[in-house]
Amino acid sequence: MDAIITVEHLTKTFGEGPAAVQDISFTVARGSIVAFLGPNGAGKSTTIKMLTTLLRPTAGTIRIAGHDPATNPDAVRHAFGIVFQDPSLDEDLTAFENLEFHGVLYGVPKETRRARITELLALVELSDRKDDFVRNFSGGMKRRLEIARGLLHHPQILFLDEPTLGLDPQTRNHLWSYVEKLNREEGITVFFTTHYMEEADRVAQHIAIIDHGRIVAEGSGAALKKQTKSNSLEDAFLMLTGNEIRAEAGNSLDRMRNMRSMHRGARR
Amino acid sequence: MNGISVMWLREVKRFFRSKSRIVGSLGQPLLFLVALGYGLGPVFQQAGQGNYLEFIAPGIIGMSIIFTSIFNGMQVIWDRQFGFLKETMVAPVSRLSIMFGRTLGGATVAALQGALVLVLTMLVGFRPISWTGIIPALVVMLLIALLFSALGMVVASLLRDMQGFQLIMNFLVMPLFFLSGALFPLNNVPPALLLVARFDPLSYGVDALRLFLLGQGVFNITLDIAVLVGMIGVFLALGSYFFSRIEV
Ligand SMILES: Nc1ncnc2c1ncn2[C@@H]1O[C@H](COP(=O)(O)OP(=O)(O)OP(=O)(O)O)[C@@H](O)[C@H]1O
Ligand SMILES: [Mg+2]
Repeated sequence: MDAIITVEHLTKTFGEGPAAVQDISFTVARGSIVAFLGPNGAGKSTTIKMLTTLLRPTAGTIRIAGHDPATNPDAVRHAFGIVFQDPSLDEDLTAFENLEFHGVLYGVPKETRRARITELLALVELSDRKDDFVRNFSGGMKRRLEIARGLLHHPQILFLDEPTLGLDPQTRNHLWSYVEKLNREEGITVFFTTHYMEEADRVAQHIAIIDHGRIVAEGSGAALKKQTKSNSLEDAFLMLTGNEIRAEAGNSLDRMRNMRSMHRGARR
Repeated sequence: MNGISVMWLREVKRFFRSKSRIVGSLGQPLLFLVALGYGLGPVFQQAGQGNYLEFIAPGIIGMSIIFTSIFNGMQVIWDRQFGFLKETMVAPVSRLSIMFGRTLGGATVAALQGALVLVLTMLVGFRPISWTGIIPALVVMLLIALLFSALGMVVASLLRDMQGFQLIMNFLVMPLFFLSGALFPLNNVPPALLLVARFDPLSYGVDALRLFLLGQGVFNITLDIAVLVGMIGVFLALGSYFFSRIEV
Protein backbone atom coordinates (compact mmCIF):
# COMPACT_ATOMS: atom_id res chain seq x y z
CA MET A 1 0.00 0.00 0.00
CA ASP A 2 1.20 3.48 -0.88
CA ALA A 3 0.59 5.44 2.32
CA ILE A 4 0.08 9.19 1.90
CA ILE A 5 -0.39 9.74 5.64
CA THR A 6 1.54 7.81 8.27
CA VAL A 7 0.99 8.52 11.94
CA GLU A 8 2.87 6.81 14.73
CA HIS A 9 2.22 7.05 18.46
CA LEU A 10 0.68 10.49 18.11
CA THR A 11 -0.21 12.13 21.43
CA LYS A 12 -1.48 15.55 22.41
CA THR A 13 -2.06 16.81 25.93
CA PHE A 14 -3.42 20.24 26.80
CA GLY A 15 -2.22 21.50 30.16
CA GLU A 16 -2.89 19.17 33.05
CA GLY A 17 -5.91 17.35 31.64
CA PRO A 18 -6.02 13.83 30.21
CA ALA A 19 -4.55 13.52 26.74
CA ALA A 20 -6.91 14.72 24.00
CA VAL A 21 -5.20 12.27 21.66
CA GLN A 22 -3.47 9.26 23.18
CA ASP A 23 -0.86 7.30 21.33
CA ILE A 24 -2.70 6.76 18.06
CA SER A 25 -1.13 5.16 14.97
CA PHE A 26 -2.66 4.73 11.53
CA THR A 27 -1.97 5.00 7.82
CA VAL A 28 -4.05 6.38 5.00
CA ALA A 29 -3.69 4.89 1.53
CA ARG A 30 -3.19 7.27 -1.38
CA GLY A 31 -6.41 7.84 -3.25
CA SER A 32 -8.68 6.48 -0.53
CA ILE A 33 -11.49 8.04 1.47
CA VAL A 34 -11.04 7.63 5.21
CA ALA A 35 -13.39 8.61 8.03
CA PHE A 36 -12.60 9.42 11.63
CA LEU A 37 -15.79 8.65 13.50
CA GLY A 38 -16.30 9.63 17.10
CA PRO A 39 -18.42 11.53 19.62
CA ASN A 40 -17.88 15.13 20.77
CA GLY A 41 -14.52 15.64 22.39
CA ALA A 42 -13.10 12.36 21.08
CA GLY A 43 -10.03 14.09 19.69
CA LYS A 44 -10.94 14.26 16.00
CA SER A 45 -10.24 17.95 15.49
CA THR A 46 -7.12 17.79 17.61
CA THR A 47 -5.78 15.03 15.35
CA ILE A 48 -6.58 17.00 12.21
CA LYS A 49 -4.93 20.11 13.64
CA MET A 50 -1.75 18.16 14.30
CA LEU A 51 -1.80 16.69 10.80
CA THR A 52 -2.26 20.14 9.29
CA THR A 53 0.55 21.93 11.17
CA LEU A 54 -1.80 23.95 13.40
CA LEU A 55 -0.85 22.17 16.60
CA ARG A 56 2.47 20.75 17.68
CA PRO A 57 2.16 17.12 18.83
CA THR A 58 3.21 16.35 22.40
CA ALA A 59 4.73 13.10 21.14
CA GLY A 60 4.74 10.89 18.08
CA THR A 61 5.59 11.27 14.41
CA ILE A 62 3.61 12.28 11.34
CA ARG A 63 4.42 12.01 7.65
CA ILE A 64 2.19 13.68 5.10
CA ALA A 65 2.96 13.15 1.41
CA GLY A 66 6.51 12.24 2.36
CA HIS A 67 7.14 15.26 4.59
CA ASP A 68 7.30 15.84 8.31
CA PRO A 69 5.08 18.75 9.47
CA ALA A 70 7.53 19.50 12.26
CA THR A 71 10.54 20.02 10.02
CA ASN A 72 9.01 20.91 6.66
CA PRO A 73 5.64 22.53 7.33
CA ASP A 74 5.42 24.39 4.01
CA ALA A 75 5.80 21.24 1.92
CA VAL A 76 3.06 19.63 4.00
CA ARG A 77 0.87 22.71 3.63
CA HIS A 78 1.12 22.61 -0.15
CA ALA A 79 0.01 18.99 -0.10
CA PHE A 80 -3.33 19.40 1.61
CA GLY A 81 -6.48 21.48 1.49
CA ILE A 82 -8.68 21.76 4.53
CA VAL A 83 -12.22 22.61 5.51
CA PHE A 84 -12.26 23.43 9.20
CA GLN A 85 -15.00 22.48 11.60
CA ASP A 86 -15.71 26.14 12.38
CA PRO A 87 -16.18 28.76 9.68
CA SER A 88 -12.95 30.33 8.49
CA LEU A 89 -13.87 32.72 5.69
CA ASP A 90 -13.27 36.45 5.67
CA GLU A 91 -16.82 37.73 5.84
CA ASP A 92 -15.82 41.21 4.74
CA LEU A 93 -14.54 39.95 1.42
CA THR A 94 -16.52 38.58 -1.50
CA ALA A 95 -16.58 34.91 -2.46
CA PHE A 96 -14.22 35.61 -5.32
CA GLU A 97 -11.85 37.60 -3.11
CA ASN A 98 -11.70 34.81 -0.55
CA LEU A 99 -10.64 32.40 -3.28
CA GLU A 100 -8.25 34.89 -4.88
CA PHE A 101 -6.64 35.53 -1.49
CA HIS A 102 -6.13 31.80 -1.00
CA GLY A 103 -4.69 31.38 -4.49
CA VAL A 104 -2.15 34.16 -3.97
CA LEU A 105 -1.16 32.83 -0.56
CA TYR A 106 -0.53 29.42 -2.11
CA GLY A 107 1.43 30.91 -4.98
CA VAL A 108 -0.93 29.71 -7.72
CA PRO A 109 0.02 31.67 -10.90
CA LYS A 110 -2.54 34.20 -12.05
CA GLU A 111 -3.93 32.51 -15.19
CA THR A 112 -4.25 29.12 -13.55
CA ARG A 113 -5.78 30.78 -10.52
CA ARG A 114 -8.48 32.61 -12.42
CA ALA A 115 -9.37 29.52 -14.45
CA ARG A 116 -9.45 27.34 -11.37
CA ILE A 117 -11.63 29.79 -9.46
CA THR A 118 -14.17 29.89 -12.28
CA GLU A 119 -14.17 26.10 -12.47
CA LEU A 120 -14.55 25.63 -8.70
CA LEU A 121 -17.26 28.25 -8.33
CA ALA A 122 -19.20 26.35 -10.95
CA LEU A 123 -18.55 23.08 -9.15
CA VAL A 124 -19.99 24.37 -5.88
CA GLU A 125 -22.73 26.27 -7.73
CA LEU A 126 -21.76 29.70 -6.55
CA SER A 127 -20.81 31.27 -9.88
CA ASP A 128 -23.66 33.74 -9.79
CA ARG A 129 -22.81 34.81 -6.23
CA LYS A 130 -19.12 35.31 -6.75
CA ASP A 131 -19.12 39.06 -6.11
CA ASP A 132 -21.37 38.92 -3.05
CA PHE A 133 -19.94 39.45 0.40
CA VAL A 134 -19.58 36.22 2.32
CA ARG A 135 -21.38 37.73 5.30
CA ASN A 136 -24.58 37.52 3.25
CA PHE A 137 -24.18 33.79 2.57
CA SER A 138 -26.14 30.99 4.21
CA GLY A 139 -24.31 28.34 6.22
CA GLY A 140 -24.49 25.88 3.34
CA MET A 141 -23.12 28.38 0.85
CA LYS A 142 -20.23 29.20 3.16
CA ARG A 143 -19.44 25.51 3.50
CA ARG A 144 -19.43 25.04 -0.24
CA LEU A 145 -17.19 28.05 -0.68
CA GLU A 146 -14.77 26.66 1.89
CA ILE A 147 -14.63 23.39 0.01
CA ALA A 148 -13.90 25.23 -3.23
CA ARG A 149 -11.17 27.13 -1.44
CA GLY A 150 -9.64 23.96 -0.03
CA LEU A 151 -9.35 22.54 -3.56
CA LEU A 152 -7.98 25.64 -5.25
CA HIS A 153 -4.30 24.75 -5.10
CA HIS A 154 -4.80 21.17 -6.34
CA PRO A 155 -4.02 19.45 -3.05
CA GLN A 156 -3.24 15.73 -2.91
CA ILE A 157 -5.16 15.38 0.31
CA LEU A 158 -8.40 17.01 1.38
CA PHE A 159 -9.10 17.23 5.12
CA LEU A 160 -12.73 17.78 6.05
CA ASP A 161 -13.50 18.34 9.71
CA GLU A 162 -17.21 17.66 10.11
CA PRO A 163 -17.95 19.19 6.72
CA THR A 164 -21.67 18.52 6.82
CA LEU A 165 -22.29 19.96 10.26
CA GLY A 166 -25.32 22.21 10.07
CA LEU A 167 -26.23 21.36 6.49
CA ASP A 168 -29.62 20.11 5.38
CA PRO A 169 -29.80 16.53 4.07
CA GLN A 170 -30.02 17.62 0.46
CA THR A 171 -26.91 19.82 0.61
CA ARG A 172 -25.18 17.08 2.55
CA ASN A 173 -25.88 14.56 -0.20
CA HIS A 174 -24.73 16.97 -2.81
CA LEU A 175 -21.51 17.62 -0.97
CA TRP A 176 -20.65 13.96 -0.67
CA SER A 177 -21.34 13.48 -4.35
CA TYR A 178 -18.77 16.20 -5.14
CA VAL A 179 -16.27 14.68 -2.80
CA GLU A 180 -16.69 11.21 -4.27
CA LYS A 181 -16.38 12.63 -7.74
CA LEU A 182 -13.17 14.45 -6.86
CA ASN A 183 -11.79 11.31 -5.35
CA ARG A 184 -12.69 9.28 -8.41
CA GLU A 185 -11.68 11.75 -11.09
CA GLU A 186 -8.75 13.63 -9.57
CA GLY A 187 -7.52 10.88 -7.26
CA ILE A 188 -7.61 13.15 -4.21
CA THR A 189 -7.20 11.38 -0.89
CA VAL A 190 -9.98 12.42 1.48
CA PHE A 191 -9.71 12.32 5.25
CA PHE A 192 -12.86 13.42 7.05
CA THR A 193 -14.32 13.41 10.52
CA THR A 194 -17.94 13.03 11.34
CA HIS A 195 -20.30 11.81 13.94
CA TYR A 196 -22.94 10.87 11.41
CA MET A 197 -22.46 7.15 11.18
CA GLU A 198 -24.41 6.62 8.01
CA GLU A 199 -22.15 9.16 6.34
CA ALA A 200 -18.99 7.30 7.29
CA ASP A 201 -20.59 4.03 6.24
CA ARG A 202 -21.69 5.37 2.89
CA VAL A 203 -18.69 7.41 1.80
CA ALA A 204 -15.58 6.02 3.46
CA GLN A 205 -13.69 2.94 2.35
CA HIS A 206 -11.94 2.84 5.70
CA ILE A 207 -13.28 3.96 9.08
CA ALA A 208 -11.42 4.55 12.31
CA ILE A 209 -13.55 4.83 15.42
CA ILE A 210 -12.03 7.20 17.93
CA ASP A 211 -13.16 7.68 21.50
CA HIS A 212 -11.44 9.41 24.44
CA GLY A 213 -8.42 10.09 22.27
CA ARG A 214 -7.86 6.47 21.24
CA ILE A 215 -8.65 4.50 18.12
CA VAL A 216 -10.89 1.73 19.41
CA ALA A 217 -11.46 -0.03 16.10
CA GLU A 218 -10.80 0.38 12.40
CA GLY A 219 -11.68 -1.25 9.13
CA SER A 220 -14.27 -1.01 6.40
CA GLY A 221 -17.85 -0.39 7.44
CA ALA A 222 -18.67 -3.98 6.57
CA ALA A 223 -15.73 -5.34 8.52
CA LEU A 224 -16.64 -3.30 11.60
CA LYS A 225 -20.19 -4.60 11.49
CA LYS A 226 -18.96 -8.13 11.03
CA GLN A 227 -16.43 -7.85 13.82
CA THR A 228 -19.12 -6.81 16.28
CA LYS A 229 -21.75 -9.05 14.74
CA SER A 230 -24.08 -6.08 14.43
CA ASN A 231 -26.37 -4.95 11.67
CA SER A 232 -25.66 -1.25 11.74
CA LEU A 233 -22.70 0.92 12.41
CA GLU A 234 -24.66 2.43 15.32
CA ASP A 235 -24.70 -0.94 17.06
CA ALA A 236 -21.07 -1.53 16.20
CA PHE A 237 -20.19 1.79 17.73
CA LEU A 238 -22.16 0.99 20.85
CA MET A 239 -20.41 -2.36 21.20
CA LEU A 240 -16.99 -0.85 20.70
CA THR A 241 -17.21 2.21 22.88
CA GLY A 242 -19.82 1.15 25.37
CA ASN A 243 -21.85 4.26 24.73
CA GLU A 244 -24.05 5.69 22.06
CA ILE A 245 -22.71 8.33 19.76
CA ARG A 246 -24.07 11.57 21.11
CA ALA A 247 -27.37 12.45 19.54
CA GLU A 248 -27.83 15.73 17.76
CA ALA A 249 -29.55 18.25 19.93
CA GLY A 250 -31.11 21.54 18.87
CA ASN A 251 -30.58 23.10 15.50
CA SER A 252 -27.22 23.31 13.87
CA LEU A 253 -26.55 26.88 14.88
CA ASP A 254 -27.17 26.17 18.54
CA ARG A 255 -24.91 23.22 18.24
CA MET A 256 -22.18 25.23 16.71
CA ARG A 257 -22.49 27.88 19.39
CA ASN A 258 -22.46 25.27 22.12
CA MET A 259 -19.44 23.70 20.67
CA ARG A 260 -17.60 27.00 20.37
CA SER A 261 -18.36 27.99 23.92
CA MET A 262 -17.39 24.54 25.08
CA HIS A 263 -14.07 24.86 23.36
CA ARG A 264 -13.49 28.30 24.81
CA GLY A 265 -14.53 27.12 28.24
CA ALA A 266 -12.10 24.26 28.06
CA ARG A 267 -9.27 26.52 27.09
CA ARG A 268 -9.53 28.93 29.94
CA MET B 1 6.59 37.97 -0.57
CA ASN B 2 3.12 36.70 -1.50
CA GLY B 3 2.18 36.52 2.12
CA ILE B 4 3.27 40.07 2.88
CA SER B 5 1.58 41.68 -0.11
CA VAL B 6 -1.69 39.82 0.15
CA MET B 7 -2.06 40.48 3.88
CA TRP B 8 -1.24 44.13 3.27
CA LEU B 9 -3.80 44.35 0.48
CA ARG B 10 -6.48 42.81 2.65
CA GLU B 11 -6.09 45.47 5.35
CA VAL B 12 -6.09 48.32 2.84
CA LYS B 13 -9.12 46.93 1.00
CA ARG B 14 -11.09 46.62 4.19
CA PHE B 15 -10.22 50.20 5.12
CA PHE B 16 -11.42 51.71 1.87
CA ARG B 17 -14.58 49.62 2.03
CA SER B 18 -15.69 50.81 5.42
CA LYS B 19 -16.56 54.43 4.71
CA SER B 20 -18.44 54.63 7.98
CA ARG B 21 -15.34 53.59 9.88
CA ILE B 22 -13.26 56.28 8.17
CA VAL B 23 -15.79 59.00 8.91
CA GLY B 24 -16.47 57.67 12.40
CA SER B 25 -12.84 57.73 13.40
CA LEU B 26 -12.58 61.42 12.47
CA GLY B 27 -15.18 62.29 15.10
CA GLN B 28 -12.96 61.90 18.13
CA PRO B 29 -10.04 63.97 16.78
CA LEU B 30 -12.47 66.68 15.76
CA LEU B 31 -13.98 66.73 19.24
CA PHE B 32 -10.56 66.98 20.87
CA LEU B 33 -9.48 69.73 18.50
CA VAL B 34 -12.55 71.83 19.02
CA ALA B 35 -13.13 71.25 22.73
CA LEU B 36 -9.50 71.48 23.78
CA GLY B 37 -8.14 73.71 21.06
CA TYR B 38 -10.79 76.37 21.41
CA GLY B 39 -11.78 75.60 25.00
CA LEU B 40 -8.35 75.67 26.60
CA GLY B 41 -6.83 77.98 24.02
CA PRO B 42 -7.32 81.25 25.98
CA VAL B 43 -5.82 79.78 29.18
CA PHE B 44 -2.84 78.49 27.23
CA GLN B 45 -2.37 81.87 25.58
CA GLN B 46 -2.52 83.70 28.93
CA ALA B 47 0.16 81.40 30.27
CA GLY B 48 2.35 82.71 27.49
CA GLN B 49 2.54 79.38 25.64
CA GLY B 50 1.17 80.54 22.30
CA ASN B 51 -1.61 79.06 20.21
CA TYR B 52 -3.01 75.87 21.78
CA LEU B 53 -4.81 74.67 18.68
CA GLU B 54 -1.50 74.73 16.81
CA PHE B 55 0.16 73.02 19.72
CA ILE B 56 -2.22 70.10 20.02
CA ALA B 57 -2.81 69.53 16.29
CA PRO B 58 0.27 67.24 15.99
CA GLY B 59 -0.75 65.59 19.27
CA ILE B 60 -4.22 64.84 17.92
CA ILE B 61 -2.72 63.39 14.75
CA GLY B 62 -0.59 61.19 16.98
CA MET B 63 -3.66 60.18 18.97
CA SER B 64 -5.59 59.15 15.91
CA ILE B 65 -2.64 57.09 14.66
CA ILE B 66 -2.02 55.28 17.93
CA PHE B 67 -5.70 54.37 18.36
CA THR B 68 -6.14 53.22 14.79
CA SER B 69 -2.94 51.21 14.66
CA ILE B 70 -3.35 49.40 17.96
CA PHE B 71 -6.92 48.63 16.99
CA ASN B 72 -5.79 47.29 13.61
CA GLY B 73 -3.15 45.16 15.23
CA MET B 74 -5.78 43.70 17.51
CA GLN B 75 -7.83 42.73 14.48
CA VAL B 76 -5.98 39.42 14.78
CA ILE B 77 -8.19 38.62 17.76
CA TRP B 78 -11.31 39.01 15.61
CA ASP B 79 -9.76 36.86 12.93
CA ARG B 80 -9.10 34.25 15.53
CA GLN B 81 -12.67 34.37 16.79
CA PHE B 82 -14.16 34.30 13.31
CA GLY B 83 -11.79 31.52 12.32
CA PHE B 84 -10.04 33.30 9.47
CA LEU B 85 -6.72 33.18 11.29
CA LYS B 86 -6.62 29.40 10.74
CA GLU B 87 -6.81 29.91 7.00
CA THR B 88 -3.66 32.03 7.07
CA MET B 89 -1.92 29.69 9.52
CA VAL B 90 -2.19 26.62 7.27
CA ALA B 91 -0.99 28.49 4.20
CA PRO B 92 2.50 27.65 2.94
CA VAL B 93 3.96 31.04 3.81
CA SER B 94 6.02 31.87 6.85
CA ARG B 95 4.30 33.24 9.89
CA LEU B 96 6.84 36.03 9.78
CA SER B 97 5.59 37.24 6.42
CA ILE B 98 1.98 37.03 7.56
CA MET B 99 2.83 39.05 10.64
CA PHE B 100 4.81 41.61 8.59
CA GLY B 101 2.08 41.94 5.99
CA ARG B 102 -0.59 42.52 8.58
CA THR B 103 1.55 45.05 10.44
CA LEU B 104 2.39 46.94 7.26
CA GLY B 105 -1.26 46.92 6.20
CA GLY B 106 -2.47 48.13 9.58
CA ALA B 107 0.21 50.82 9.60
CA THR B 108 -0.65 52.02 6.10
CA VAL B 109 -4.26 52.40 7.12
CA ALA B 110 -3.38 54.21 10.35
CA ALA B 111 -1.00 56.57 8.54
CA LEU B 112 -3.72 57.36 5.98
CA GLN B 113 -6.03 58.06 8.87
CA GLY B 114 -3.37 60.36 10.35
CA ALA B 115 -3.08 62.21 7.04
CA LEU B 116 -6.85 62.68 7.03
CA VAL B 117 -6.68 64.12 10.53
CA LEU B 118 -3.93 66.49 9.36
CA VAL B 119 -6.32 67.76 6.71
CA LEU B 120 -8.99 68.06 9.38
CA THR B 121 -6.73 70.13 11.63
CA MET B 122 -6.05 72.44 8.72
CA LEU B 123 -9.77 72.82 8.14
CA VAL B 124 -10.28 74.01 11.71
CA GLY B 125 -7.49 76.53 11.46
CA PHE B 126 -4.13 74.79 11.89
CA ARG B 127 -1.38 76.14 9.63
CA PRO B 128 1.87 74.15 9.38
CA ILE B 129 4.92 76.38 9.29
CA SER B 130 5.86 75.20 5.82
CA TRP B 131 4.44 72.97 3.11
CA THR B 132 7.72 71.15 2.75
CA GLY B 133 7.54 70.10 6.40
CA ILE B 134 4.48 68.01 5.56
CA ILE B 135 6.45 65.38 3.67
CA PRO B 136 8.80 64.41 6.53
CA ALA B 137 5.78 64.68 8.85
CA LEU B 138 4.02 62.02 6.76
CA VAL B 139 7.06 59.79 7.11
CA VAL B 140 6.95 60.27 10.88
CA MET B 141 3.25 59.35 10.84
CA LEU B 142 4.10 56.12 9.07
CA LEU B 143 6.79 55.36 11.66
CA ILE B 144 4.35 55.98 14.54
CA ALA B 145 1.79 53.81 12.78
CA LEU B 146 4.30 50.98 12.27
CA LEU B 147 5.41 51.12 15.87
CA PHE B 148 1.93 50.84 17.33
CA SER B 149 0.64 48.35 14.76
CA ALA B 150 3.50 46.10 15.78
CA LEU B 151 2.65 46.68 19.44
CA GLY B 152 -0.99 45.83 18.65
CA MET B 153 0.18 42.56 17.11
CA VAL B 154 2.18 41.71 20.22
CA VAL B 155 -0.86 42.36 22.40
CA ALA B 156 -3.20 40.46 20.08
CA SER B 157 -0.92 37.44 19.98
CA LEU B 158 -1.07 37.24 23.75
CA LEU B 159 -4.83 37.62 24.14
CA ARG B 160 -7.37 34.91 23.41
CA ASP B 161 -10.45 37.05 22.96
CA MET B 162 -11.74 40.60 22.96
CA GLN B 163 -12.42 40.54 26.69
CA GLY B 164 -8.97 41.92 27.37
CA PHE B 165 -9.61 44.79 24.98
CA GLN B 166 -10.90 47.25 27.59
CA LEU B 167 -7.97 46.44 29.79
CA ILE B 168 -5.56 47.22 26.98
CA MET B 169 -7.36 50.44 26.14
CA ASN B 170 -7.40 51.69 29.72
CA PHE B 171 -4.03 50.51 30.93
CA LEU B 172 -1.94 50.72 27.80
CA VAL B 173 -3.34 52.91 25.04
CA MET B 174 -4.82 55.71 27.16
CA PRO B 175 -1.70 56.14 29.32
CA LEU B 176 0.51 56.03 26.22
CA PHE B 177 -1.57 58.84 24.76
CA PHE B 178 -2.14 61.02 27.82
CA LEU B 179 1.41 60.79 29.17
CA SER B 180 3.05 61.50 25.83
CA GLY B 181 3.01 65.26 25.76
CA ALA B 182 0.42 65.17 22.99
CA LEU B 183 -1.77 67.54 24.99
CA PHE B 184 0.72 69.53 27.08
CA PRO B 185 4.24 70.87 26.60
CA LEU B 186 6.88 68.68 28.21
CA ASN B 187 9.29 71.53 28.94
CA ASN B 188 7.52 72.78 32.09
CA VAL B 189 6.17 69.60 33.66
CA PRO B 190 7.31 68.08 36.99
CA PRO B 191 10.44 65.94 36.53
CA ALA B 192 8.56 62.75 37.39
CA LEU B 193 6.10 63.28 34.57
CA LEU B 194 8.89 64.11 32.17
CA LEU B 195 10.61 60.91 33.16
CA VAL B 196 7.47 58.90 32.42
CA ALA B 197 7.04 60.67 29.11
CA ARG B 198 10.60 59.77 28.20
CA PHE B 199 9.64 56.09 28.41
CA ASP B 200 6.63 56.59 26.16
CA PRO B 201 7.51 56.10 22.48
CA LEU B 202 4.57 58.26 21.43
CA SER B 203 6.32 61.26 23.05
CA TYR B 204 9.06 61.02 20.44
CA GLY B 205 6.59 60.59 17.59
CA VAL B 206 4.57 63.66 18.61
CA ASP B 207 7.77 65.60 19.20
CA ALA B 208 8.99 64.82 15.69
CA LEU B 209 5.62 65.82 14.23
CA ARG B 210 5.83 69.12 16.12
CA LEU B 211 9.34 69.75 14.88
CA PHE B 212 8.28 69.32 11.26
CA LEU B 213 4.89 70.99 11.45
CA LEU B 214 5.53 73.73 14.03
CA GLY B 215 9.28 74.03 14.18
CA GLN B 216 9.32 73.44 17.94
CA GLY B 217 10.02 70.42 20.10
CA VAL B 218 11.68 69.28 23.31
CA PHE B 219 13.91 66.46 22.13
CA ASN B 220 15.95 66.59 18.95
CA ILE B 221 14.96 65.01 15.68
CA THR B 222 17.76 62.47 15.58
CA LEU B 223 16.76 61.12 18.96
CA ASP B 224 13.08 61.08 17.95
CA ILE B 225 13.69 59.08 14.78
CA ALA B 226 16.19 56.79 16.47
CA VAL B 227 13.72 55.92 19.22
CA LEU B 228 10.87 55.35 16.76
CA VAL B 229 12.94 53.12 14.49
CA GLY B 230 14.49 51.28 17.42
CA MET B 231 11.12 50.57 19.02
CA ILE B 232 9.66 49.43 15.69
CA GLY B 233 12.47 46.90 15.58
CA VAL B 234 11.81 45.75 19.14
CA PHE B 235 8.04 45.36 18.69
CA LEU B 236 8.38 43.66 15.31
CA ALA B 237 10.76 41.15 16.85
CA LEU B 238 8.48 40.54 19.82
CA GLY B 239 5.44 40.38 17.53
CA SER B 240 7.08 37.81 15.27
CA TYR B 241 8.04 35.72 18.24
CA PHE B 242 4.62 35.71 19.87
CA PHE B 243 2.76 35.43 16.58
CA SER B 244 4.78 32.37 15.59
CA ARG B 245 3.75 30.73 18.82
CA ILE B 246 0.01 31.19 18.36
CA GLU B 247 -1.84 27.88 18.34
CA VAL B 248 -5.34 27.94 16.93
N1 LIG C 1 -6.92 24.31 22.67
C1 LIG C 1 -7.35 23.43 23.59
N2 LIG C 1 -7.02 23.58 24.89
C2 LIG C 1 -7.43 22.70 25.83
N3 LIG C 1 -8.18 21.63 25.57
C3 LIG C 1 -8.54 21.40 24.29
C4 LIG C 1 -8.15 22.30 23.23
N4 LIG C 1 -8.66 21.83 22.07
C5 LIG C 1 -9.33 20.71 22.39
N5 LIG C 1 -9.26 20.45 23.71
C6 LIG C 1 -9.86 19.28 24.40
O1 LIG C 1 -9.42 18.12 23.75
C7 LIG C 1 -10.45 17.16 23.66
C8 LIG C 1 -10.66 16.76 22.23
O2 LIG C 1 -11.17 17.87 21.50
P1 LIG C 1 -11.42 17.82 19.95
O3 LIG C 1 -11.82 19.19 19.53
O4 LIG C 1 -10.29 17.20 19.26
O5 LIG C 1 -12.70 16.86 19.86
P2 LIG C 1 -13.56 16.44 18.59
O6 LIG C 1 -13.47 14.98 18.47
O7 LIG C 1 -13.17 17.24 17.42
O8 LIG C 1 -15.03 16.82 19.08
P3 LIG C 1 -16.24 17.52 18.31
O9 LIG C 1 -17.04 16.43 17.71
O10 LIG C 1 -16.98 18.20 19.41
O11 LIG C 1 -15.67 18.47 17.34
C9 LIG C 1 -11.67 17.81 24.30
O12 LIG C 1 -11.75 17.34 25.62
C10 LIG C 1 -11.35 19.28 24.28
O13 LIG C 1 -11.96 19.94 25.36
MG1 LIG D 1 -14.06 18.61 16.28
